[in-house]
Amino acid sequence: MKRRNLFLGLAASALLSAPALAQTPVRIGMITTLSGPGGYLGQDIRDGFQLAVDLAGGKLGGVPVEVVVEDDGFKPGQAKQIADRFAKAEKIKLFTGIVFSNIAAAAVPDILDNDLIYVSANAGPSNFAGKDCNRNYYVMSWQNDTLHETAGQSATMLGFKRAFILAANYQAGKDALAGFKRMFKGEIAGEIYTRLDQTDFAAEMAQIRAAKPDVVFQFHPGGLGIAFMRQYQQAGLLGQIPMVLSVAAMDQVIADAIGDASIGVNVTAHWNGDFDSPANKTFMAEWLKKYGRAPTYYASQGYDTALAIGAALKGTGGQVEPQAFRTAMLKADFASVRGKFKFGPNQHPVQDWYAVEIVKGPDGKPFLKTKERIASDVGDVYAKDCKL
Amino acid sequence: MLLVEQALNGVQLGVTLFLLAAGLTLIFGIMGVINLAHGSLYMVGAFAAAFVAARTGSYGLAALAGLAAAGLVGMAVEYVVVRRLYGRDHLDQVLATFGLILFFNQMAIILFGRQPLFVTMPPVLSGAVTLAPGFSYPSYRIAIIAVGLAVAIGLSLLITRTRLGMLVRAGATHRDTVRALGVDIRLLYTIVFGLGALLAGLAGIMAGPLLAVQTGMGEQILITTFVVVVIGGIGSVRGAFFAALLVGVIDTLLRAFLPGFLRTVMVGPEADALGAGLSSMGVYLLMALVLMFRPKGLFPAHG
Repeated sequence: MKRRNLFLGLAASALLSAPALAQTPVRIGMITTLSGPGGYLGQDIRDGFQLAVDLAGGKLGGVPVEVVVEDDGFKPGQAKQIADRFAKAEKIKLFTGIVFSNIAAAAVPDILDNDLIYVSANAGPSNFAGKDCNRNYYVMSWQNDTLHETAGQSATMLGFKRAFILAANYQAGKDALAGFKRMFKGEIAGEIYTRLDQTDFAAEMAQIRAAKPDVVFQFHPGGLGIAFMRQYQQAGLLGQIPMVLSVAAMDQVIADAIGDASIGVNVTAHWNGDFDSPANKTFMAEWLKKYGRAPTYYASQGYDTALAIGAALKGTGGQVEPQAFRTAMLKADFASVRGKFKFGPNQHPVQDWYAVEIVKGPDGKPFLKTKERIASDVGDVYAKDCKL
Repeated sequence: MLLVEQALNGVQLGVTLFLLAAGLTLIFGIMGVINLAHGSLYMVGAFAAAFVAARTGSYGLAALAGLAAAGLVGMAVEYVVVRRLYGRDHLDQVLATFGLILFFNQMAIILFGRQPLFVTMPPVLSGAVTLAPGFSYPSYRIAIIAVGLAVAIGLSLLITRTRLGMLVRAGATHRDTVRALGVDIRLLYTIVFGLGALLAGLAGIMAGPLLAVQTGMGEQILITTFVVVVIGGIGSVRGAFFAALLVGVIDTLLRAFLPGFLRTVMVGPEADALGAGLSSMGVYLLMALVLMFRPKGLFPAHG
């Protein structure tokens, strides 16, 4: 009897919502970094994305979706293999998730060459933003340079004259230093590229001390940044030479890791946990409820990426057809947790940037507090070379 | 002063590499096993120490826990997995120990999560020591150098002056003869493997407060450790010691001074790119050079 009722119920609901049930879920391939020093970055992107899906009852834009996640292990070759398998064996047409620019450089071209769609939730390397931009390539985070241009601008505004700049030696690191130098009006006292697998920065600390700059800018994402900041502190430099950073070098996890020593550091960001918009308040509350840890900006980007894909899928009625998807996607018809968000001509974001300061939070832990908006509607310098 | 400081940084990197390389070279030299999972033992030591330090706040207990965990896990790995690999060829060993890396990394993620753990520095060692007027160096790094050198001396005494050391030396050169003389070679192997694991764990414990304790930390340092083993001569602890110091100092000095030097002879961005590239190649170039002139390494164990 009970079972029959269940069947009847199922049949009734099938009749009522026939179009929705007829749809097989859209599969979204998420290739991201879940292990190694950058593991928590990919974890937050994945969890942010999944949060948006779960809040909408397993759907994005009213279309049922299934997120297929694989760990690239921080290895470009492995990401390329996963992309290949997703595309050929699993017939996935929509991709996202890659954290690091060097990994994107290996995996994304294959995806685009097969006329499949890639929506970046983090990496925004310069080589995909200019003349090699692509109709099926969207970036939800930032173009790498802009993330650090605002740090350069902030350092100028704070009146610093001599900057020592360091970044990990890969595409995003090169974009970072290029971006900082573009907007910093002072003199560069020294410039160092560190190895992407480097964890001991003692040699660099000695050089910073010898160069006597009045500000340090560095870009070491994830675990590298934690190691760098701790050693900066241990070398006794943290009290002596101030730092101006983009949020990529001082996210919530890094700030927690170095504790009180991070207080007072100047950061620039496109999103922060204390943003007052309803969209962000919902995101923060639901995130804390589900995961019980403070989100990093990577989480906000994962969440925004899911919302943007949802808006596009809604526009296409659940079809992942590049032309229709593009028309719908470029409207960016979703409530971003950052507030204003639109796409520029190269399908990278045009958005506002904020100065953020690390203060002591109510629980005694470091807290990223938004100070002021320092730039509005910022696109990127490569957009003008992109002809779409 | 900058040069002295960078040289000290190099020595500190060198002794850390030595602690890892000593175990690796013994295991490879005596048992003929390529142990890719050696980095995982470094990670086990670091995680165990970080965990205990966070729970109890005692650095002594943390160090003991780290050593015990690394040593015990090392012996367990030998007993359960590596023991079955002695007769096999190197490809099987690489496959099995690579599998162990995946196992340990995943285990660490399950137990501790993906976010790195942090160890605060022991307060006694968190300051800096003034070595000369106007020149100070972090005391923790000096402590690492001291511990590393002490271990090197201890290990050298162990190998040259004790019965166990004699068996180790004999095992490295004449394995079958040692077995024919009735020595329990299996027990010897387990002890040597455990000793190697203990040293790797010690390196991990000491690295904890400097670096972030996280999954995959072992693989980052493992490759350089293999370079050290090859340069020093496989199976030779003395070779590992000198090669580790050489690699540590050369790597650090290249990183510190090569880009600056190139910038004086070339223009901006190219100099930086070339400098960063060459300095990360440095130790591999060194290895290639050593192999060209001394194919068995600087201090070959097998005469």
